Amino acid sequence: MTDQPTNEPNPGLSSSGMSDTGIAHLEGPLVSTGPVEPEPPSRWRVAMNEIMGGSIMISILSIVLAMVAGAILIAVTDKTVQATAGYFFAKPGDMLNAVWLAVSGAYSSLFQGSVYNFRREGFLNGIKPFMDTLNFATPLIMAGLGIGLGFRVGLFNIGGRGQMLIAIAIAGWIGFALDLPAGIHMIVAVIGGLIGGALWGGIVGLLKAKTGAHEVITTIMLNFVAFYLVSFLLRTPGALQAPGSNNPKSPPMKDTVVFPPLFGERYSVNLGLVFAIIAVIIVWWILERSSLGFKFKAVGYNPNAARVAGINVGAMFIWSMVISGALVGLAGVSQILGTVTTGFSSGIDAGIGFDAITVALLGRSKPWGIFWAAILFGAFKAGGYAMQAAQGIPIDIVLVVQSMIVLFIAAPPLVRAVFHLPTPGVFRKRTKIEAV
Amino acid sequence: MSAVSQTSGAGADKIVLEKAFVKNWKAPISFGVVTIVALLLFVLNGREGTSSFKLTADATAIQLPVIQLPTVATGIVITVLLAGLTAYSAYRVQTERKTPLWIVAIFAFLFLVGFLAWAGAGASIPVYGLLLGTVALSAPLIFGALGGVISERSGVVNIAIEGQMLAGAFVSAMVATLTGNAFAGLFGAMVAGMLVSFVLAAFAIKYLVDQIIVGVVLNVLVLGLTSFFYSTIMTANPQMFNQPARFPRIEIPVLSQIPIIGPLLFQQTIIIYIMYVTVFVVWYGLFHTRWGLRVRSVGEHPQAADTVGIKVGVTRFWNVSLAGAVAGMGGAYFTLGSVGAFNKEMTAGAGFIALAAVIFGQWDPLKATMAALLFGFATNLQSVLGVIGSPVPSEFMLMLPYVVTILAVAGFVGKSRAPAADGKPYIK
Repeated sequence: MTDQPTNEPNPGLSSSGMSDTGIAHLEGPLVSTGPVEPEPPSRWRVAMNEIMGGSIMISILSIVLAMVAGAILIAVTDKTVQATAGYFFAKPGDMLNAVWLAVSGAYSSLFQGSVYNFRREGFLNGIKPFMDTLNFATPLIMAGLGIGLGFRVGLFNIGGRGQMLIAIAIAGWIGFALDLPAGIHMIVAVIGGLIGGALWGGIVGLLKAKTGAHEVITTIMLNFVAFYLVSFLLRTPGALQAPGSNNPKSPPMKDTVVFPPLFGERYSVNLGLVFAIIAVIIVWWILERSSLGFKFKAVGYNPNAARVAGINVGAMFIWSMVISGALVGLAGVSQILGTVTTGFSSGIDAGIGFDAITVALLGRSKPWGIFWAAILFGAFKAGGYAMQAAQGIPIDIVLVVQSMIVLFIAAPPLVRAVFHLPTPGVFRKRTKIEAV
Repeated sequence: MSAVSQTSGAGADKIVLEKAFVKNWKAPISFGVVTIVALLLFVLNGREGTSSFKLTADATAIQLPVIQLPTVATGIVITVLLAGLTAYSAYRVQTERKTPLWIVAIFAFLFLVGFLAWAGAGASIPVYGLLLGTVALSAPLIFGALGGVISERSGVVNIAIEGQMLAGAFVSAMVATLTGNAFAGLFGAMVAGMLVSFVLAAFAIKYLVDQIIVGVVLNVLVLGLTSFFYSTIMTANPQMFNQPARFPRIEIPVLSQIPIIGPLLFQQTIIIYIMYVTVFVVWYGLFHTRWGLRVRSVGEHPQAADTVGIKVGVTRFWNVSLAGAVAGMGGAYFTLGSVGAFNKEMTAGAGFIALAAVIFGQWDPLKATMAALLFGFATNLQSVLGVIGSPVPSEFMLMLPYVVTILAVAGFVGKSRAPAADGKPYIK
């Protein structure tokens, strides 16, 4: 093997909990006994090493790297930069100035569109962008929790889109077709959405447990099935289509079912955020404090060992997919009862199911990590629209930056190489041997 | 596969091995379900009238007669035949024999004829147009599926087919417009697909990142990049960047005169001919050359391959890159072969259908090609039935490939087994 580094043991191992395999576990002890270290590093060096090369540092630097890549894209496609590049060697200052103007203009409008707008009068108006950020983050938190929970069990749920659409179809139908008292109506719709998502996720878990069908394939396929199913229902009178309309669109939600705004009509933030925070706490409790969560994680680390230990692995697959699907379904519910209450079409999921994958990866599948990652991505979304409106930079750049963040986070050795950071795994391995 | 041939070779020295046969009732059960569907649709819910199958296009020199079938009678005959095949399949399982592929093929064909007759009652079914559209819709799927087969046979899961195709479509449109040469565009598409593969391979093989994660993220990255450049560069100046020269149709002298098949297969653009060659080369290469043996060995048992001196990482890296180039050509088909310009998100999930074709085709280039053709046919059938007024909602026809794939991975349609080391990084 020519492309494997020989001086440091398994660079990828310390990084991601998911990519390690049976082979990696087998190789672990062989590698760690190999090199004989001359003397143990001081405690201070270990601590610095952990901070500089640890996962939080990698996350921050990944975001920095991705923003730099985004800046390059913005600069390259900027018209003034292109014009001044023609005479770069005659007057380099012109081009550098143009680059600075393009990039700083873009990122300042990104900030003003997502956190605080200095041009508006007073704090209450200025903070509105941050409220938009929270609103964009709400479904990302819920769906990200669902995907992240799947990751902890070793399942890769790409079916966010399908689970959201089925949840939306059920909750939406309850929302416009039934007549119930205000509070109860909302709760019934939320429960209906949870059931819809859980059902669509549960199919995947069931297939995986009973036939071994790979969840990546079945979730992708079920996304399309759900999309066509909901498209069909949306254009069928008597199902989800608005009466008297020819468009494939549902009627608006009734007032009794819509999530009320949290901080007054001025801001878009609604009750969905409370649901999201409750979901974070519940998922944290399940994973860290319940025996079900313990079994989930055991299956995620090593399904064979879990089976030997008496855990019903198939049941864990089914239950984790049911919970995962329900959480993703909740994101769909918050979309139609909180954000788009005027009726939905088949594009209502708005790519949240896929964004949630990147959110879960950035949050390292931990509930609070996902919470902050979702707020960051919500900020990108809110700011991206502002950037598109103010600077004419297509919102697609947000996709580029988001995916680059995840790529860099997934490969800590790459980020360490770029910034010449130490590898904490080297020290961690050594201290482990000493402990033994 | 090689293990089977070895045991049969070892049987020469008179050792009779005890054989265990697991009765697998999945085939007869699936047949039975389809037969019941046929009974419900064709017989109990039969539609009056005659169905006419139009075999040739109006413009061709040799005209075949239009086949006229009475709809209800056809439905009854076909349902009886389907029931017979189901019974035969059940009999074979009872006597401990498998249901061979040709029975499945006949069964599927009969059901299809019955379905077409039923759906097109009182109308003319353009069989020729149906098949011609199938070739057009399947071409990118076949390229994508071949890319998937090469990559996964070498042990790297290729979820990034969609990204490779989209990158290929974008770059081919751009290069073909800038150079004014469609072949340069095709080459550009291959390079673009390869670049996406380089990232996939580097992260999967060197940094040992979960291959599915890299694939999914790469799809998003390519989607973002192409949409960004489309919105900033291409729409600003479409004459300069997004009006690619398209491939002309080439008639192959003698072969194109064959009725039905001739115009269908041999009056196509060069990219379709390249597709024929690619399918053959990938199949022959994988199973009859040293290259193929190496690819399959690093995908099935990398440790064994490493022991005999094959460089696992290097082999995987270059074959993932090759897979990207092949999938990239599928992307070029969108811009240079059919649509003629790049659009945002123009592959629209074709890469995922190609992935489904890889799995449904059991990681075999020929079977994956067949699966891609089937998916292309289902998509085209939906639009043709929409024109002649089908009783089945088009969404359910569009759903069909995905449902079939789910059944395939769940083991109802044949056994689908991935290469043993597929998706597992090799750590020496």
